[in-house]
Order: sequence, then C-alpha cells, then structure tokens
Amino acid sequence: MSALAATFRRDFALMLAGGGVLAPLGYFVGAAMLVPLAMGPERTLLAAAGPPLVWIAAALAVLATLERLFQADLEDGSLDQMLLSSAPLELIVLAKGAALWCAVGLPIAVAGAPVAIALQAPPALIPAIVASLGLGMAAFIGAGLVGAAVTAGVKRGGVLIALIVLPFFAPPIIFGAAVAQGDYVGSALLVLGGCALAAAALGPIAAAAALRLQAE
Amino acid sequence: MFSTFANPARFMAFSAWAAPLCAVAALALFAIGLPWGLFSSPADYQQGETVRIMYVHVPAAWWSLAIYAFMGGASFVGLVWRHALADVAARAAAPIGAAFAGLCLITGSLWGAPTWGTWWEWDGRLTSMLVLFVIYLGYLALWGAIEDEEKAARLAAVLCLAGLVNLPIVHYSVEWWSTLHQASSVLRSGGSSIHPEMLGPLMTMAGAYAFLFGALLLTNMRAAIYRRRVEAVRLRSPI
Amino acid sequence: MGANRPFREEPKLRVESLAVARGGRVIFEGLGFVAEAGALVELRGANGSGKTSLLRALAGFLKPLTGRVVFENIHEPALALHYVGHQNGLKPTASVRAHLAYWAGLLGGAVTGEDVSMTVGLAGLADLPARVLSQGQARRLAIARLLLAPRPIWLLDEPASALDAKGRTVLANVIEAHCAQGGLVLAAVHEPLGPSPTQVLSIGGAS
Repeated sequence: MSALAATFRRDFALMLAGGGVLAPLGYFVGAAMLVPLAMGPERTLLAAAGPPLVWIAAALAVLATLERLFQADLEDGSLDQMLLSSAPLELIVLAKGAALWCAVGLPIAVAGAPVAIALQAPPALIPAIVASLGLGMAAFIGAGLVGAAVTAGVKRGGVLIALIVLPFFAPPIIFGAAVAQGDYVGSALLVLGGCALAAAALGPIAAAAALRLQAE
Repeated sequence: MFSTFANPARFMAFSAWAAPLCAVAALALFAIGLPWGLFSSPADYQQGETVRIMYVHVPAAWWSLAIYAFMGGASFVGLVWRHALADVAARAAAPIGAAFAGLCLITGSLWGAPTWGTWWEWDGRLTSMLVLFVIYLGYLALWGAIEDEEKAARLAAVLCLAGLVNLPIVHYSVEWWSTLHQASSVLRSGGSSIHPEMLGPLMTMAGAYAFLFGALLLTNMRAAIYRRRVEAVRLRSPI
Repeated sequence: MGANRPFREEPKLRVESLAVARGGRVIFEGLGFVAEAGALVELRGANGSGKTSLLRALAGFLKPLTGRVVFENIHEPALALHYVGHQNGLKPTASVRAHLAYWAGLLGGAVTGEDVSMTVGLAGLADLPARVLSQGQARRLAIARLLLAPRPIWLLDEPASALDAKGRTVLANVIEAHCAQGGLVLAAVHEPLGPSPTQVLSIGGAS
C-alpha cells in the first residue's frame, strides 16, 4: 500500500470512528434550519432568497472540522512520521484533504439536496446544487488545509481558523450561490470546478510549507 | 537594495534619518494635497462637493493594496532566505495596511450616504476592500496567537502569500458578482473618467500616503528591533 | 531479520560544527562528530541541554542555525531515517493493527505487522484500540515502527521511557540486532540502554 493510500484510509477511518462525520452533517442541517426561522416561513420569500443560504450552512460546517485536522498530528507526533515518509508531505496533505472531502464534503453535498428543497429551491435545480456543493466543498477544504496548518500550534484556534479561512471562501460562495439561484448555472459550475482544482493544487503546497515550520 | 538593509545595524543607521525624513515629506505633501483637494479643485458635475472625499478614499485604497503586495514580497524573502528583517517588515506593515483599508471602508461608507442614500452599499470595490480588510485582520490575529515569534513570522508569511494568490480571485469574482446583481452602476469613485484637474491633488495625496507609510513602517520596524534587543539583554542578564 | 548485513552501503553520519537555536536562543553550537555503520551513539546531557533538538535537527525537522549534517553512503535519502520521539504518534481510536498497517504504508514497510508485534511483545493485542494500551505498551508500539520498514539510521529520543524491565530487554535486543546488521543508532538517554555504546556524546547545557 502506498503512503497516500495508507494516509487516506487512516484519516477516513479516524473520521468515521469518532462519529466525526455525523457532527458536521448535523451542524449543516441545523444551520440551514435557522434560515426559515430567521426569514419567516413564507414560501415566496424563501424561494427568492433561501437556496443560496445553503452555502452559508455548508461553509460553517466545514469550518467546524478544521481545528483538529493537523493539530492532533502535531501534538501526538504523527506529523514527524508524515515528514519521514517516502512520499512528499504535499501529497500526504492532499490525501488527508481527500479523506476529509469524502468523509464530510461529500455527505454535506448529498444532504444539500433535501436541505435545498426545504429552502424552496426549484426541484429541477437540485442536481446542479448538489454538484456545485461537491465542488465547493473541495475548494473550501483546500483553503481550509492552509488555515488548519498555519494554526495547528494554536490552542483553541477555532475562531482564528474561521477568520483566516473565510476570505478564501468568498469566490466559491459567489459562484455556488449563483448556481443555487439558477443564474448562469453552467458557467458557474465550471468556475467552481476551477476553484476546486486550484484549491486542491495550491492548498496542500501552502499547508505542507506551514506544517514543516510547525514541526521545527 | 534589500541586501544592503538586511543587516540590522545598517538598517538602524539608515532608518534613523529616513523615518523622520519620510514623516516630514508626508506632512509637506498632506499640507499641499489636502487644501488643494478639499478647497481649490473643481467639484464633480454629478457628485458635487462629495467627490472631495475621493482624495482621502482612493489613495487609501491604492496603498492598502500596495502594502499587502509589499508584505507578500517581504514574506517571500523571509521564507526563502530567512531574513529576520523581512519578517519584521511584513509584521510592521500589516497594521498600517489594515488601517488604510479601514480608512478606505469608512470614507467609502461616508461617501455612500449622500451618493447612494445608504451608509453601506455592496459595491464591488468596497466589497473587495472589505475582504482585504478581513485578510489583514486574520494575518494580524495569527501573529498574535503564536507565541514563538520566529514561527509566527514564518507561518504568517505562508498565510500572506496564500492571501496574495487569493486576492485577484476575490477581486474578479466579486466584480462578476456585482454585475450579476447590478449594483449601482452609474456612480463610481475614481475610475478612468476622472477630471484632469482632479489628478494633481489626487497624486499629491497618493504621494503623501506613500511617505506616511514609509515613516510609519520604519518607525514600527525600529520599535520591533529595539524590543527584541531589550528581550535579548533581559534574557542574558535576568534581574 | 534475513541477511546479516542488509545495510551494505555502510551508512555513516557526519555532523559538522552544528548550531541549533530554539525560540531565538542558541541551544548548542560547534557540535561535531562522526558515527560509523554499526555504531550505537548515546547522547547524554541534562534536561534542556538540547538532546531532542539535536535529534530533530539530524532528522531534518529543525533547520540548524549553522553547520551541516551529512549522511554518507545512503542511496535513498527519503528512506534513511527512523525517528522515535517523546510522542508515540498514536491515535486513540485506531487499533494496533491499523497503526502498523498505516506506518507500513507511510514509511514503505516490507515486514508484516504480525512478526513485528511478536518481536516487541504486543502479540494478541492487534485489535485493541491504542487508547486502552498502557504507557509502556504504547511505547512498544512506537518501537515496532522501527522494525516495520528497514531504514539504516535510527534516531531515538529516550526510547526506554515508560518501558518495564521486559520492554527494556526487547529494546536492547532490537537495537543490538540493528547495529549488528550495520545500522546506526543515535539515542538520547538518561540511563544506559543496555548494549554497550560505541560512543557517548555529552551535550553541554546552555546554562
């Protein structure tokens, strides 16, 4: 088994073991539930403004998973072993990000379907919303890797990670919200794909640079 | 040029006279530019007298962006060559850039009240500037949260460079977003439609901001270096 | 453990005028030594003298202030080192078997987990999660890592901590076998490990 497959399997298993998948998923649904409570249940109003707010709930749910992502590895000595792997740290970080996407990003994208329906998104738009959430989650996680890596040594750094990562969330949210509103769905999906690719390529590089500094 | 000042002793000697010089130049340019812009330049045919806030607003926007780019350069040097002075420069520039971005947001909001009839308009440029302001806050917060100063400098440098990549992406997506939602399109601060007679005071003010930045940056850096020296002395001879 | 001397390249470690700083303070400077294949080097020194920093600098985690660390006769630098630090690198919810499988993948292991857990005395515990292991058993698991993937140079930071008498014997045997095979062991210790060291390196304190 290669270093990357081993990392992916281990991280995925660890996320499943701690019930770590249910918490962000529940957070996502719970945050979306607050939207009609704040806006009122009127269907026309919800239909006009509700669906893009799926993205706020999704962004919050991802943020909540980032704090321990590298902090645990730094504290328990796992990071040292990652540095000694024959595979470059960048790829190991990518594998960890992929595990997080599979364990958290994908379930949230799928759960985005019922949540968007509840927020009165037109049913014809649901497949596009799910696809856009899947891509957007990859972009969020790529940026989140950087935020998690630079704050790995900070105790109770959850708020700090959010502050650091939120500006990186702006572009995916803009294009994701466009999909949720049915504006330029095709091109917005393409741009989201670009965001996801850029984040998956650059995020691990920056995160690995930060983790090498953390190990000093 | 950088290698000349990389030596802290040489930097201290240089900044000892450069910092006050920058301060004097900034004061002089403000003394020319402010009255020129606020009183003797023409009012805008559309916006009237409110256009004058542009002389404070636009240079603040320019320099808050430029300072971030400067921090990116310093971060790169600090990361690659491990120059302590580059770390100090990036850290010293950040609060100035944040203050300029904040000033730009406040003046933008003030300008919006008579122009748009609201204290805050989600205009593309203002929104991008708000994102930049949040990036500055995150950078400063990260510095504050990490105790080991050397580590803080390196990690903040990684974050700064990541933000530098993010900024143009944010800028273009926000631009697209604001056209999508058709935010107020007629009135814009600055832009290419600027009256030639406004250019003189605007450039003077931009120069004043530049020297203000230089003076504050050098003073901040000197303070940081002095603080490190004090710490080093204390460490060697504990009281 | 197969052939008698699998590290035919005769790994050699040379350290030249090494200086390491932590948090803006120089911890040690001007450190130099040479360690040949088959050597067991014990690092001694008071707490805070920089034993851990030296090991981390040798592992490449810590950038030295000055000086250099040269590995000679190593064909694949990425596969040169094992490091066992203060932290065992364990995840509470993962089983012993899962840890061994993960490390084998991560570090390029060629040995099966069963053999290794037998050697370090963890046989029968394979399905237990790491959180139920005692401190000594957790340490044994970290030591098992050394045997999973053959790497010529071992950097051990107080490897005997939390180990009982049996565990120390296991550790001593493992180290002796590695040295006999032409491997190189550097260990920061407070008390002798058992096998007689070929070299004892005392690091002077900063104070």
